[in-house]
Amino acid sequence: MQLTVWTYEGPPHVGAMRIATAMDGLHYVLHAPQGDTYADLLFTMIERRNKRPPVTYTTFEARDLGTDTAEIFKNAAREAYERFQPQAMLVGASCTAELIQDDPGGLAKALALPIPVVPLELPSYQRKENWGASETFYHLVRALAGPHAPAPGTERPPRDAGRRPRCNLLGPTALGFRHRDDVAEITRLLDRLGIDVAVTAPLGATPADIARLGEADFNVVLYPEIAQTAAGWLTRTFRQPATKTVPIGCGATIDFVKEVAEIAGVDPTAVLAGAPSRLPWYSRSVDSTYLTGKRVFIFGDATHVVAAARIADKELGFKVVGLGTYSREFARDVRAAAESYGVEALITDDYLEVEEKVAELHPELVLGTQMERHIAKRLRVPCAVISAPVHVQDFPARYSPQMGFEGANVIFDTLVHPLMMGLEEHLLGMFRGDFEFHDEVQPSHLGHGAAPAQDQTQIKETENEKAEIANVAQAVTWAAEAEQELRKIPFFVRGKARRNTERFAEERGLATITVETLYDAKAHFGR
Amino acid sequence: MNPAGVARVTTGCSEAPVLRERGQREVFCGLTGIIWLHRKIQDAFFLIVGSRTCAHLMQSAAGVMIFAEPRFATAVIEERDLAGMADANEELDRVVTQLLARRPEIKLLFLVGSCPSEVIKLDLSRAAGRLNEKFAPTTRILNYSGSGIETTFTQGEDACLAALVPEMPEAPAEAPASLLVVGSLADVVEDQFRRLFDDLGVGPVGFLPPRSSTELPAVGPNTRFLMAQPYLADTRRILGKRGAQALQAPFPFGAEGTTAWLKAAADCFGVDESRFSAVTALGRERAKRALSHYQQQLAGKSIFFFPDSQLEIPLARFLSRELSMRIAEIGTPYLHRQNLAAELDLLPEGVVLSEGQDVDRQLDRARAARPDLTVCGLGLANPLEAEGLTTKWAIELVFTPIQGYEQAGDLAELFARPLNRAARLEV
Ligand code: SF4
Ligand code: SF4
Repeated sequence: MQLTVWTYEGPPHVGAMRIATAMDGLHYVLHAPQGDTYADLLFTMIERRNKRPPVTYTTFEARDLGTDTAEIFKNAAREAYERFQPQAMLVGASCTAELIQDDPGGLAKALALPIPVVPLELPSYQRKENWGASETFYHLVRALAGPHAPAPGTERPPRDAGRRPRCNLLGPTALGFRHRDDVAEITRLLDRLGIDVAVTAPLGATPADIARLGEADFNVVLYPEIAQTAAGWLTRTFRQPATKTVPIGCGATIDFVKEVAEIAGVDPTAVLAGAPSRLPWYSRSVDSTYLTGKRVFIFGDATHVVAAARIADKELGFKVVGLGTYSREFARDVRAAAESYGVEALITDDYLEVEEKVAELHPELVLGTQMERHIAKRLRVPCAVISAPVHVQDFPARYSPQMGFEGANVIFDTLVHPLMMGLEEHLLGMFRGDFEFHDEVQPSHLGHGAAPAQDQTQIKETENEKAEIANVAQAVTWAAEAEQELRKIPFFVRGKARRNTERFAEERGLATITVETLYDAKAHFGR
Repeated sequence: MNPAGVARVTTGCSEAPVLRERGQREVFCGLTGIIWLHRKIQDAFFLIVGSRTCAHLMQSAAGVMIFAEPRFATAVIEERDLAGMADANEELDRVVTQLLARRPEIKLLFLVGSCPSEVIKLDLSRAAGRLNEKFAPTTRILNYSGSGIETTFTQGEDACLAALVPEMPEAPAEAPASLLVVGSLADVVEDQFRRLFDDLGVGPVGFLPPRSSTELPAVGPNTRFLMAQPYLADTRRILGKRGAQALQAPFPFGAEGTTAWLKAAADCFGVDESRFSAVTALGRERAKRALSHYQQQLAGKSIFFFPDSQLEIPLARFLSRELSMRIAEIGTPYLHRQNLAAELDLLPEGVVLSEGQDVDRQLDRARAARPDLTVCGLGLANPLEAEGLTTKWAIELVFTPIQGYEQAGDLAELFARPLNRAARLEV
């Protein structure tokens, strides 16, 4: 048993729902108790979908156990077929139904529905959401595209020179972080390279589209967590090459363009010419000098973490002081990336462990998921969200991709926004003694008028914070001169100076903080 | 998906026909009650013994991560726990020990059963007994089931309170009459009721659940109890076993409901008419004034309730009688006629009542009825809005203080807001 407070991933059947909900003409019959219907709200509330997920839950009860749960499943599947008339159906069990072993696959087969029915076996007590999504997509692709596979060993006929190369975009799902906009951005980028998108899947695809995946010349794997397994099978079965680069960040997008051009046999020069992204110039412009060496901690799914680390290190000039992932399946990639930045990867799905690590490293910026947003808020470190799991505010109304050249622009803004503006930082320092100026003023770029907007979460958190502050207060006290010296430090770094000094004093068992302690701590933490 | 499907049944105790359905339910399981119960009982911790699904449900339904370390958590059953039972019990003991070492301030720990723990027959009452030997009296350990195969949404609170009743001290047979208010209320509402009971001279008054596990009120043959929530059938039964007697009353929604609810207690404690009207006059008048703001907006509008919290019937009564709304359908997960006797009498004649659910068929009925306002769960609200139906999230009715005179206006406003918004928007 694992003691869990908050989780990065849901159970694997939620991953299957992300595939089903992304598609049209597919229905998922899930053997599950009533409470599991909560998963609908992930899609209707967090992602603001305007349709119910295409999922029928059997909602069996205790009194049905051992008598007719199998019958309940069969009725549910039959009625779902009659009502929704899907082109294909997924059937499976959630954690509870897995224990009662009704075999939804066998039961559905016995119904002899006139459509393909794909049974899913997703072990709930071992695996999690992303794995469930990947496995579901793989089985769906195998079941629907499999019948169109050429005989093993058949060479792929050369592409008809008269038509543009075409590829499939694989991996975008419902509830994915910016998947909607990534698809639009990459489709546009490929078009400029002279490449057509045959099928995007699962997002927006029908079972009929999945059946013709083998027709494209190659596959673009946008999200390896979801599509790598399916793409591997397509490569083996249809001899379709698949891309390896995920185009997040300026450098990665350039690499991606080159990789795709190579596979498709097109010339990337025109697309790469000029200044496809504003990120390089924004990063080189003098205002960004203040970004240099900002200490950043990164946590999320493997793909977004590896990409964010590269952007942080190479494209913004930050210093990566820690990175990690909850995607154990892709731990190897993250470990390799961590090594290249000289840090040790944190592979965990325990949110408290991540919090401890952030507290220990005291970075200046956290890039993470909505979990890290909360961690960072509690520890008062700026934070930007770069990976799922995300909340409703991470599904913005505006166009906001992570991928491609526009994605790089978006990421520049996302990463820099939480930090103080460069020139503004200096001006604030210069004028801090002026009478118009008082410590409660927020940098203008943060908007919201004078005081930082307190949201509900913050108010509720004060309970914890008070306790935290009380703890510290007990341990160390500030001498009057030290307190006065502290006030001379610009207010926007004062909070950090105070915390660091207190931490420093605590770690050394000092009861009183003197001016000396303050400068000792500054020397210790400074760079 | 019972092939028998929809059956129109006329029951013995009410003339109103009830549509009984057994299809897909789109309702939370009883675990969700932890979200308000852990705020209410401030020294209690709720440890769900369940799966990743249970943990994910809590996180999704709680609106995600308000607290660093909330007073609830899930012991997630893993593959190796399923291999052998002895193992799972040892694991549970280890997790509880780990938890209590981290949270020594916890006085009451609930082991909360889930579908997986029920299906593998992990005996949580035995586990609680075993752990009590180790941790009581510093930490008391109790258990109940919030599983989705046994409990629907608010029934989780029923199971929790039913587990607390045996812990209540015994009030001796010669003890003076006392009043017990049963069902969790927001602290602000509780305080208002306490003041009203004081003014009426009704008391002593206890509340279940109490704000602290060490303040459990005593119960005995001279205890009279008033239900503050309609979904507490088991708690009511077990209180009866301890000799306490239930007072029949509608639930304290709106001016009328609150007055009738207070009156039941007042009559039982021999409060005379004039004192009763004097004490309640101000509240009644304020509630009516507050409701009058919404009268025009809500009168004549039709409302459709999907089953959710079992508050549906009392709320429909309030809306139809005090705000003149028309009832298209009242869906409720369970219909406890005994608990709701006083409410059912007040419903308009011929109202459509449905018990249980077959969500697709119910959606068909809602689409056909095209109500002005549909009260439903979070999974259905946006899809229905997209179809042009104005909705109200049912869950807000459980999380918001809505009982009593001073909240009558707030309660009406919850229903008026979506209509108001729909009327404003020109996009
Ligand atoms: S329905 Fe059962 S398995 Fe699902 S969340 Fe509730 S208790 Fe857990
Ligand atoms: S619901 Fe209660 S009152 Fe009605 S018939 Fe059943 S037992 Fe009797």
